[in-house]
Amino acid sequence: MTKDECKQVVLDIIADIAPDEDLSNVKPDVRLRDQLQLDSMDFLDIVMELRKRHGIEVPEADYQQLASLDSCAEYLTPKFVALGK
Amino acid sequence: MNSASHYDVAIIGAGMSGLAAGIRLAHFGKKVCIFERHNAPGGLNSFYSLGGRRYDVGLHAMTNFVRPGVKGTPLGKLLRQLRIDRDEFSLCEQKQSRVAFGPRGEASLRFTNDFAVLEAEVAQKFPAQIDGFRRLVAAVRTYDDVSLDAPAESARAVVRRHVTDPLLEDMLFCPVMYYGSATEHDMEFGQFVIMFKALFLEGFARPYDGVRVIIRVLLEKFRAAGGERRMKCGVRSIAARDGRATALTLDDGSEITADHVLSSIGSPETERLMQPWAAPVVGQVADLAASSTSWSTAQQAAAPIGALTFVETITVLDCQPAALGWGDDTIVFFNDSPRFAYERSTEQVDTRSGVICIPNNFDYGPGRVLPEGIFRCTCLASYDRWAHLPDATYHADKQRWYAAIQRSAQRFLPAPPASAPDAFARATLATDMFTPRTITKFTGHLGGAIYGSPVKNRQGHTALTNVYLCGTDQGFLGIVGAMLSGISMANYHILQKS
Repeated sequence: MTKDECKQVVLDIIADIAPDEDLSNVKPDVRLRDQLQLDSMDFLDIVMELRKRHGIEVPEADYQQLASLDSCAEYLTPKFVALGK
Repeated sequence: MNSASHYDVAIIGAGMSGLAAGIRLAHFGKKVCIFERHNAPGGLNSFYSLGGRRYDVGLHAMTNFVRPGVKGTPLGKLLRQLRIDRDEFSLCEQKQSRVAFGPRGEASLRFTNDFAVLEAEVAQKFPAQIDGFRRLVAAVRTYDDVSLDAPAESARAVVRRHVTDPLLEDMLFCPVMYYGSATEHDMEFGQFVIMFKALFLEGFARPYDGVRVIIRVLLEKFRAAGGERRMKCGVRSIAARDGRATALTLDDGSEITADHVLSSIGSPETERLMQPWAAPVVGQVADLAASSTSWSTAQQAAAPIGALTFVETITVLDCQPAALGWGDDTIVFFNDSPRFAYERSTEQVDTRSGVICIPNNFDYGPGRVLPEGIFRCTCLASYDRWAHLPDATYHADKQRWYAAIQRSAQRFLPAPPASAPDAFARATLATDMFTPRTITKFTGHLGGAIYGSPVKNRQGHTALTNVYLCGTDQGFLGIVGAMLSGISMANYHILQKS
């Protein structure tokens, strides 16, 4: 999995969790919370959907790694690769 | 352990909160089963058939309505968390509602789903109070009402810091209390904020086919996510060892086990499952305005049974209510007393105040009207004076109070034309009435207490470490609040920890 593919995985999850958000212009280097209306319940759902769909575990201490699409890709891509994806 | 009867989570009650919790848990792979004693889902917001007609039980309107695009509100959170498309609820907005006080509704505040209407009404009718009202609204808007550990404070005390006219104070409290307060005279400010936002800053809506639309959506999501449901199969008792629930005994005598138990049936009702031999306490939290510490003191006590219960009459008409001159109002909150008394009724019914709901007066779209007229009235009642009557007396009392309630409520609506003073009676096709006794029979809520115990338990903890409360006694109010309660407790106690 490439970092761009990983960003798309996260965007797909957000699209399902928050279908009322416009995701066409999400800036990868800006915190998701600063450009989308996402609260802590939504971030919990991103974590749980990563586990449900892809078997990826994100411990609570690492939640801040999911702040932006870029940081998501940095943090999650090695986890996907480790799973052989 | 028999894996066929072991669940990750057992949920007690298929009402709004239990179903919402079930959807979350099943969606994230938990093996979950909802146990419901009644044959119909929905709990306090169910529906039934009588004489070939379908009636909604409790729902006047779904509160918390916001239009598409308004974000960060309870309705939006609920839709996201349950993966529901808002079109599935097909919500239609109210036309207008009123708070009408005085023997004939002389003092009146109109409100709609546009908050500016209420603000303008206050400015016009209480010009000396408008600045204070705006400060109150600002305090409501900035209050963190979803916090699970906010300090408790008397709502009357907070409101009086901003609004000094007792008439306006009571006119604001009347709808807020009728649509959710489990405490007499006063309420906790966090609860006031939830209801004020739900009613005034957000608004009222209803699906054309009523509450069954919402229940159907929840049932379908739960089923699609893999959840199990057992109807006509309540939980009779919870066995415990070392502070944990070990097994649930069902009404049919069989036993199941679960790692976690979420109970939506109420706090004293849940305690009773754990200790079926103990007598519950009936009580109230005393005089909140006088002591700001009484809330926290009360919360250390066991949850008493709520003192507030209601009767509701339903009248089916052969015409649209507009034909009787009642085509404008969706909901009317009325009171004829010098001070509004939200308290346990001393008589069987307290007809001094109440709520009128005319479901026809939602905007269902051009040319789309309900097939029959519906006229609902709700008043405070006494559980004790209804619960133990012999059947013949019970039915006679229902008829007598039905008439008294119509007389009281209709003072607050436009009078019939002089030429047809009996137009309402002549248009009546069918009537029904539920009492506190009906509520307890069908929902299991002790004391007929629709809004549950006066002591709310935000974190949902119980005496057993793996049993949690959701629904009314967790403290998020209204049907949107109930669903959010199920969601929050499933997240907080189970999903975030696994």
